[in-house]
Amino acid sequence: MTQAVREAQRSEPVVRSRSRLGRLRSLYARRAPGEPRAVGYLYVLPALAVFSLFILVPFFQSIWYSLFNWDGLTPATWVGLDNYTALFTDPSLRGPFVHALILLLFYALLPIVIGLLIAATLSRMRIRGMTFFRTVLFLPQVLAMVVVALAWRWIFAPDGLFNAGLSAVGLGGITRPWLGDFTFALPAVGIVGTWVEFGLCMVLFLAGCQRIPRELYEAARLDGAGAVREFFAVTLPELRPQIAVAATLTIVAGLRNFDLIYVTTGGGPGDATSVPAYEVYHRAFEVGQVGGAAAIGIALAILIFVVTVVVSRLIEGRR
Amino acid sequence: MITSRTDRVVTYAILVFFTVIALVPVLGILSTAFASQASLNTGFSLPDGLHWSNFVDAWQRGHFGTYLRSSVLVTVVVVVASAALSTLAAYAFGTMRFPGSTMLFYVFLIGLTLPEEALVIPLYYDLRGAGLTDTYWALILPQTAQSIAFGTFWMRTYFLGASRSMVEAARIDGCSSWTTLWRVLVPVGRPAITTMVVITFMWTWNEFLLALVMVTSESRRTVPLGLVFFQGQHSSDISLLAAGAVLVALPVVLVYIALQRKFIEGMLSGAVKE
Repeated sequence: MTQAVREAQRSEPVVRSRSRLGRLRSLYARRAPGEPRAVGYLYVLPALAVFSLFILVPFFQSIWYSLFNWDGLTPATWVGLDNYTALFTDPSLRGPFVHALILLLFYALLPIVIGLLIAATLSRMRIRGMTFFRTVLFLPQVLAMVVVALAWRWIFAPDGLFNAGLSAVGLGGITRPWLGDFTFALPAVGIVGTWVEFGLCMVLFLAGCQRIPRELYEAARLDGAGAVREFFAVTLPELRPQIAVAATLTIVAGLRNFDLIYVTTGGGPGDATSVPAYEVYHRAFEVGQVGGAAAIGIALAILIFVVTVVVSRLIEGRR
Repeated sequence: MITSRTDRVVTYAILVFFTVIALVPVLGILSTAFASQASLNTGFSLPDGLHWSNFVDAWQRGHFGTYLRSSVLVTVVVVVASAALSTLAAYAFGTMRFPGSTMLFYVFLIGLTLPEEALVIPLYYDLRGAGLTDTYWALILPQTAQSIAFGTFWMRTYFLGASRSMVEAARIDGCSSWTTLWRVLVPVGRPAITTMVVITFMWTWNEFLLALVMVTSESRRTVPLGLVFFQGQHSSDISLLAAGAVLVALPVVLVYIALQRKFIEGMLSGAVKE
């Protein structure tokens, strides 16, 4: 079907038919000869069936569960939205969300800033061996999170590399078991997040920088812009789409972070590193607060959805 | 562009610095995996020779052979099933017009943003009710559904971009929509399909939460779950643990090194929703 035909079909008024069936029939009648029609449903059906059964249905069930107080064994009692109001009033539930927001500084903000700084320095020249650097920098993204967690448990162990490094530069006084420290466990887990995500940001921004027209830099230089002005006037605005992509990916990864917490700290010490994703598992499968856990899961889904929409708006805002 | 010698040196110094940071934890695991079992050093020093026996031990004593079998089975089924189903669905979304197609596609898109944490609780009770927990089905079915969300999104973009004239030519030659898909579009779309397959493979292979919730018997543990349980029981058996970690990561890393561009392209696409 040519573009013109399609255009013409779209503008054709639909007033001819009033009944729903008639409207459907006219929709089909307008197809070009040979264009498939209802057979489209047959192609979608198998995927839709699996998708509905194992994603849509559980999602709505989760919402339903979240309205009850249920220990997973005895009959549940209806509590309405109490599980949701508790997210705001109960400190033991508010805590994990606060931790998640703090972790986002490490998971999203820090990697993006590092990535931008590096992109700013590297955008000034062509880099040889880029494939090698890109492969290595992106590597943390493909490693199983449980392997990453294991490696960093050892690094942060009392006799691990981190403390050894501190001692080597004369900071032996501040060494400690980082993941077991009430104050520093959360930032320590955050550092792991930074390690996982910074390569992704660098790769994104470097690719973006290659696409910035050289003339923009030359124009900026003719105007007498230094490296800093050049960064804010050219690099930063031109990288906006890549920054939006990096922000979405890193924020969603930060909010979904279950494996890392489970393996490194188990939410501890105390509940110093407990995050929503971990609380869902912990409450539903370890302490029998199924309804409350479902509410956390739904809140997390809403949070992720909102972030995705807001950030994609940022991309559209540019176009 | 004129770049001075110092610029050049500084640039590469920065790149190398961050490359080293990205590699240190990985090298730590590798060096520990090859260290002798008597060593209590958690890596970062060159091992005294290559002790391949750690891998043999992990495979046998650590039961990683069994775990790998589970992982391979689950991953192969999920990748094949989800690739087939999402190709079919995306074909319809990308090349056919039928009432409700846009809305249906948006439903799939929303599925892409739903975190597992919002699904795993009812999934557990549903599958337990059906007698499927602690079977491979409990891992295969939900992960197939999750991969379908991505696969449909990804392949639809390919089908939208596929040349219309090619489809029309096939149809004039008397191909049905079915043969057009398999004889024309799928062979040409191999690059897009490869990306979908490697991404699904990586996600399924690395999946941890679902396995943790669904699997109880040791013989059905996947490698990530096996590694975490092994760590819980033998946390002092460092070189064995590291060898296990290498076995967990290696399949994905090998495919990644071979098809690096596909991985990056596919993973970055996750955020570029319309």
